[in-house]
Parts: sequence; structure tokens; C-alpha cells
Amino acid sequence: MIKFKLNGRDVSLDVPEDTPLLWALRDDLGLTGTKFGCGVGQCGACTVHVGGRATRSCITPVSAIEGAEVTTIEGLDPEGNHPVQEAWRDIQVPQCGYCQSGQIMQAASLLTDYPSPTDEEIDGVMGGSLCRCMTYIRIRKAIKQAAAAMQSKNSGETSNG
Amino acid sequence: MIKRILAVIAGVAIVGGGGFLWYAWYPALPKVAPPSPGQFSAAQIERGRIVAAESYCVECHTRQDLGGGPKLAGDYKMVSPFGAIYSSNITPDPETGIGNWSEEALRRALHYGVSRDGSHLLPAFVYDHFTKMTDADISDLYAWIMTQPAVHMTHRQNDFPLSVAPRIGLAGWKLLYFRPGVYQPDPKHDAMWNRGAYLAEGAAHCGACHTPRGLLGAEKVPGQAYDGGTVDGWIAPPLNDKNPTPVVWTEDELYDYLRNGVAPLHGPAGGPMSPVAHDFLATVPEADVHAIAHYFADIDRASQRVSGDKAALQRAMEQSKRDLTGGNLLTDPDARLYQGACSACHYNAAPMPVLGRPELALNNALWLDEPTNLYLVMLRGLTAEEGQSGVAMPSFYNALSDHDMARIAAYLRRTRTTLPPWTDLDKKAAEARKLVEEPPVNSSH
Repeated sequence: MIKFKLNGRDVSLDVPEDTPLLWALRDDLGLTGTKFGCGVGQCGACTVHVGGRATRSCITPVSAIEGAEVTTIEGLDPEGNHPVQEAWRDIQVPQCGYCQSGQIMQAASLLTDYPSPTDEEIDGVMGGSLCRCMTYIRIRKAIKQAAAAMQSKNSGETSNG
Repeated sequence: MIKRILAVIAGVAIVGGGGFLWYAWYPALPKVAPPSPGQFSAAQIERGRIVAAESYCVECHTRQDLGGGPKLAGDYKMVSPFGAIYSSNITPDPETGIGNWSEEALRRALHYGVSRDGSHLLPAFVYDHFTKMTDADISDLYAWIMTQPAVHMTHRQNDFPLSVAPRIGLAGWKLLYFRPGVYQPDPKHDAMWNRGAYLAEGAAHCGACHTPRGLLGAEKVPGQAYDGGTVDGWIAPPLNDKNPTPVVWTEDELYDYLRNGVAPLHGPAGGPMSPVAHDFLATVPEADVHAIAHYFADIDRASQRVSGDKAALQRAMEQSKRDLTGGNLLTDPDARLYQGACSACHYNAAPMPVLGRPELALNNALWLDEPTNLYLVMLRGLTAEEGQSGVAMPSFYNALSDHDMARIAAYLRRTRTTLPPWTDLDKKAAEARKLVEEPPVNSSH
């Protein structure tokens, strides 16, 4: 029995220890926003957060996340209005959309580490998240817009506080 | 004349042999009725818990393979160059554990490596370190052990020559290598240093993994103390000034690593080191962990070497950034492989690595003589309970071939260190894969 926190709720799962987290999320917990891409940690489509860090769920066995806090695209924001998601909608980033939940999860984690990322930092962190539709230009633009939105929100909170 | 010489030789042999038998022979100590838990105070049991945690008793006296076993009941498999050894049951069970051992018997075992029945114990039970423990600590430890749940369980048969040969052979080993004696404070150092040394050299037995061992398995001390050793297939890096990380292990870095399982500039504790932090040193008084960190910051001469840290850190961060954001990606397929598989988590921009984003250019794994630890971490990943708590690294066992791993290892060594390249990387990747017994991810897709 594996126990962890999923999108803020306690879950326990009776699956083989070596089940990839991705299959536990999709097949056992019914959260299908996280996608299967390559299955070998090379494309980023399955990215979720474990302890706030972007993690490839297709090669992470559930035994490795005992006690951890997992966040999926469904839990990134209760209303689906994380600044990254808002920017994604504004700029109409997705084309076919398959890789996008992974892209968004990776981008959200990027902005925690680098609140005002340069092009190099975006490339360095997002380089492992592939998009066959080549939406990379819009992804970069949306990340910068989200960064600006988060910063103005934070500075607003600071000045109000 | 010849007769006289032979007689002298024979005489010496008899006296020497007799002396050796006297050295080797220990009486059995009487069995005692298992002490009643009520005879120990709660305070003493708590002190004993701390001594036990600082000695990692549970780690080696609890079975971990085949789904694990009851705490302290033994049967933990230790792989030595001479064969597999299975640890003893040290619960208070009178028949299969040490329930009818007196405190004196426990003290003799720890100080002299002799079992209650008088037989010599294998030095896998590291009495070369435990001999340094004070009688008071052993008394507290006895109180804790004797108040733990008794478990009736025997261990598997050792696959080890000396478990069948007379154990008197061990007395010869002790005569050569074992120097009993409780730790004596060094007056040249302050109380904190001496506390750290007492723990590190004694109960915590750091050298058992971090000091190389000779042909007969004894630590090469004092000459090569903390030069680095091996444990369970992993390299236990040097703890002295031979430690190769570009940024030195300062007292603060050591404390964070030992207490929390992760140091900001050196990354997470992996492999057998992870439980040392999380299961044991996280549960003892902070002052003791500070003392151990203080001691090793002196052993590795951190204060003399720390002046280069700023430049080394800057170099590492620039190196890390350059390859992943410049033209190298177009011309270097290894850089692309690394970017796809690793850089989403291991990319760092100046000036400092982000916690949870370990900077490989600063990590021991790239700077050791062999790629073993790098490979083992790639293959196994790290669970959320290991290293930095709550954060996991995936297992690349099924994701990267031996050749992929070799390419990443070569690339990192080439771009992130100033050391000569590793050799035979493909072969060593295959060897490391064999050390990881079961594929940690099922291939259900």
C-alpha cells in the first residue's frame, strides 16, 4: 500500500511497487490530464510535481513517492487559473495540445526557481519538454507573460501588505 | 648446537602458542534472566535510543532484502569480499536474540568483539569502532535494547569461510588489526571536536565505509583513514582533504547533509548514506550532529581550502549553463541527450544552484575515480524518502541503455570537471546495472 498526497488530498493505492506513477494517476486515480509520451523520460509530456519539483511520472515508480506531495495539471490551480495557464490561454499556445500539460507543469516549476527567466534559462529547463507541433516560440512568450503577471501580482501584494 | 637451536625454536613456539591461546580464549559469561523493562528509567532508555541511533544498530540488524524483517531481529545480508554474512538477532529474545545477555556481556562484545559464549565475533560487527564507546553509553544502550520487542528469529547461514572454520582464526585477525580501548579525548582540541571524534570514530563508525580496507578486511588505519572506501557496490567518498568536490565540505554543508540528507552545494545523500541521515542522525540531539560536522570539517581541512570555493562555484555554474543554452546543442549529440533526459531538473543558472536542482558540476559523483555512484543514481533514482525529503528522482533503468548512460557520464566528466576521462564506460555501465537487482519500473507500456 503506497500512501501519498495528490493535489492536496491523501490517497492510498494498492498497486505493485514498481508501477509507474503515470499509470497510477491515469488508470487507478482517474486523472488523465497527465499524458504518456515516450515512456522513457525524454519528452516531458508526463511531467507532474513531486514535492514541488517537476518530475517525469512515466519512469518514477510509485514506491519512490511514498509520503510525498504530488501535484498534477488538475491540481495546479483549483480553477485552472494558474498564471501559466492564463498566459497559455491568452496566447493560444497549444496546437494539438498533447504535450501541453507537461509543458505547463514544467513551466510552473521553472518560474518557482527563476521568477524572471531569461531565454537561456527557459531553454535550459524547458529543453526536455518536446512539442511536435513546434509551439516553442509561443511557449517562451507565454512563460514570460506568466512571469510578468506573477511578479506584478506579488509586488501588488507586497505594496498592499 | 643444532639441537639447541631447535629446542629454542620449539620453546618459543610453545610459549608463543600458549600466549596466543591465552590471548584468544575468553570464557562464556553466565546467562541471565531477561531484565524486566521496569528496571530501566525512561530517561536511560531515551539516552540509549540516542546511542543506538548514533550507532545505526537497526540498519544492519534488520533484514532489508526479501521485503524486510522485524526491527533488530537480524538476518541483514552483508556482502563482503569473502562471502555473504547475515547479521545477528539482537532483540531481547532469550533463545535467538540476546535476551539472556548481561550488560557485561554486551560491553564485552562491543569492546572486545567476543560473544557471550566466548566465541570471537566477525569484524563485520565493527567492534574496532565500538571499542571506543564509554561504559556509560553502553549501559544506556543495553537499557534501550532490552526494552525493545523480542522477536524469535534466526538468520540465514553465513556463506563465509570463517563461519565454519574455528573462530579462533579471528583471534589471529584481532592480534594483527584490532586495538581495543575506549576513546581518549585529545587535549589539543575543544570539547565539541572531541565529542565529534568520539562519535565518528566510535559509535557512528564512519570509517567502516569511508576508509579503504586491506586484503583481510581491516581498515587501513591510521595511514589511509577516510581516504574513501566502498559499501554495497557504492563508492563511499573520501572524508579527508582528498575529497574531490570543487567546493569543500564546510561544517555547515556537512551538518545539512548529515541532518537533512541534502547539502545545498553538494546535493542529496544517496545509497547507503541516505538512511544514516534520515533514519538516524535526524533523530538525535542537534548538538551531536554539529559535533560530527565540526570534526569532519577539521579532518577535511575545510578552513584551509575554503578560499577557492567562490571561484569554483562560479566556474561550475558557468560550465553548467554554457553547454545547454549555446551552440553546443547543435554540434554535440551528448549534450542533447543530457538536455533531454536530465537538464529539466539539473540545469542551473548562476549564481547559486537551487535546492532540489542539484548541480552535478559540484557533486561528488562526477569527481570520483569511477562513475559507479553516478550510474547507480541514474539506474535507481532517488525516492522521496531518500536524499532531499519529498523530492524524487525517476529511475532511468528502463529509459537509458548502458551506452546512453556511458555517453552522459563521458559528457558530464568532460564538461563539468577538470579531471581525466573515465575509461571503459560502457562496460562499467553494464556492471552497475547488475548491482541493481530488480528493475525498479515495470515495463507496462
